[in-house]
Amino acid sequence: MTVTDTHRAIEAVWRIESARIIAGLARIVRDVGLAEEFAQDALVAALEQWPESGVPDNPGAWLMATAKHRAIDLWRRNKLLERKHGELGRELEAQQESAVADLDTAIDDDIGDDLLRLVFISCHPILSTEARVALTLRLLGGLTTDEIARAFLVPEPTVAQRIVRAKRTLAEKHVPFEVPRRPELAARLSSVLEVIYLIFNEGYSATAGEDWMRPALCEDALRLGRILAELVPEEPEVHGLVALMEIQASRSRARIGPLGEPILLLDQDRARWDQLLIRRGLAALERAEELGAALGPYALQAAIAACHARARTAGETDWRRIATLYEALAQLMPSPIVELNRAVALAMAFGPAAGLELVDALTSEPSLKTYHLLPSVRGDFLAKLGRTDEARAEFERAAALTRNARERELLLDRARACAGGQPQLARRFD
Amino acid sequence: MRFMMLVKHAENSGPPPKELMEAMAKLSEEAVKAGTMVASGGLAPTAVSTRVRLSRGQVAAIDGPFTEAKEVVGGYAVFELKSKKEAIEGALRFMELHRKHWPGWEGETEIRQIFGPEDFPPQR
Repeated sequence: MTVTDTHRAIEAVWRIESARIIAGLARIVRDVGLAEEFAQDALVAALEQWPESGVPDNPGAWLMATAKHRAIDLWRRNKLLERKHGELGRELEAQQESAVADLDTAIDDDIGDDLLRLVFISCHPILSTEARVALTLRLLGGLTTDEIARAFLVPEPTVAQRIVRAKRTLAEKHVPFEVPRRPELAARLSSVLEVIYLIFNEGYSATAGEDWMRPALCEDALRLGRILAELVPEEPEVHGLVALMEIQASRSRARIGPLGEPILLLDQDRARWDQLLIRRGLAALERAEELGAALGPYALQAAIAACHARARTAGETDWRRIATLYEALAQLMPSPIVELNRAVALAMAFGPAAGLELVDALTSEPSLKTYHLLPSVRGDFLAKLGRTDEARAEFERAAALTRNARERELLLDRARACAGGQPQLARRFD
Repeated sequence: MRFMMLVKHAENSGPPPKELMEAMAKLSEEAVKAGTMVASGGLAPTAVSTRVRLSRGQVAAIDGPFTEAKEVVGGYAVFELKSKKEAIEGALRFMELHRKHWPGWEGETEIRQIFGPEDFPPQR
């Protein structure tokens, strides 16, 4: 094996094993920052030794054992640390024997629990959202700070700072390395799901930069979601989120045109949807449903996405079911945006008049005052009802509100078409 | 990035040892838990397969068995990974299990990237 081969192997092993190693170490040293440093030390040792000695048979266990030894060494040298982590010292000493003896099993036993603890501490509410995202991608996704910085288009030192501060906060506030118990669990889990979905959305509809999508971030989020689904299989919302992400990701290929322009859901070429991800998404949704509890917000959104995924053509979409699901969603998390989507579903299911009724009720909603999709949707309903003058005014208002040049063109086209009395095409903004 | 792993070997090598089956099951369980393996399957023998072939302007369906090929695809798995390096490491581990549990067996795992949206950048 050449040195290049070895470096390739180390990089891959690190990507595969780092989360488990950091999680296992954090259980022992009770400090995520220290755990990561020891894991990094082991990585450096591998880079030094493996080109000479070859890649060990069980590289993950080798890295874990090396990191543990580093922790023990440091503890021995550093009396200060001993005082600070008196508990840790005794525990490490006791483990020293087994650390050497159990190389193969050391990372196997509690690994699920360790990873779960690492998930919860990375997404701890004590940290800012940016810090949670950065720490999660770093510790669980195995991304370098440079990769995180590039994904979020921020300078690398900014990400590095966020991670350092986050680790310091966790240490200073003595945040326990544990899986939260029942009364707290729901809120803590929802923080974890939020972080994962935020990472996904940053990839799916990039808020910054040239590209409209950054598929690598979607994949990172999906991977994290799938890991979490195996760690807490009894939580329906975890499967709901995974289902939602799998189904949304299934449309990646179809939602960007040859010139980089966004293609709306109903206009997409469904042959380009990824059937593998759709199947996985539907299976995840089924798992959420089988758990028997009432569907939560993620599972409901996944169920809506599934209605689209199941329809072979846009015309076959079960809009009645979608309208019902939006109604359930509106009850769980009332929001004018959900209502607007429900109006579109109602119009598709029962005709534009049904949608218009709901949209008219939204026109006084302050939070939608500058939201271009409201006049755009209202214009669409009015046009279908033959009220072309009112429709044109709405399309023009929507065009003035949107910040997207392509969308503005589209809306002005529709306004002109109203003036010319041409028939309207239905569009759904997604 | 998505990769397809194609496992190829001589078809008459017989059923794999129990230890290998168990080790492979453990490896794939880990890959599923890690969120990386998104599909996998073992393929039935080519003797019960059918080849639909276009040759010299003629399309014909030919049922197996066929004259024995040196290596056939016996199974596949689809992975979603960060890089090809990760795919190679995964395949090395998979083949290492064969070396350990099935003395004398020979074969290969071919790693083929499946194109995704990122491989067709918009023309701007």
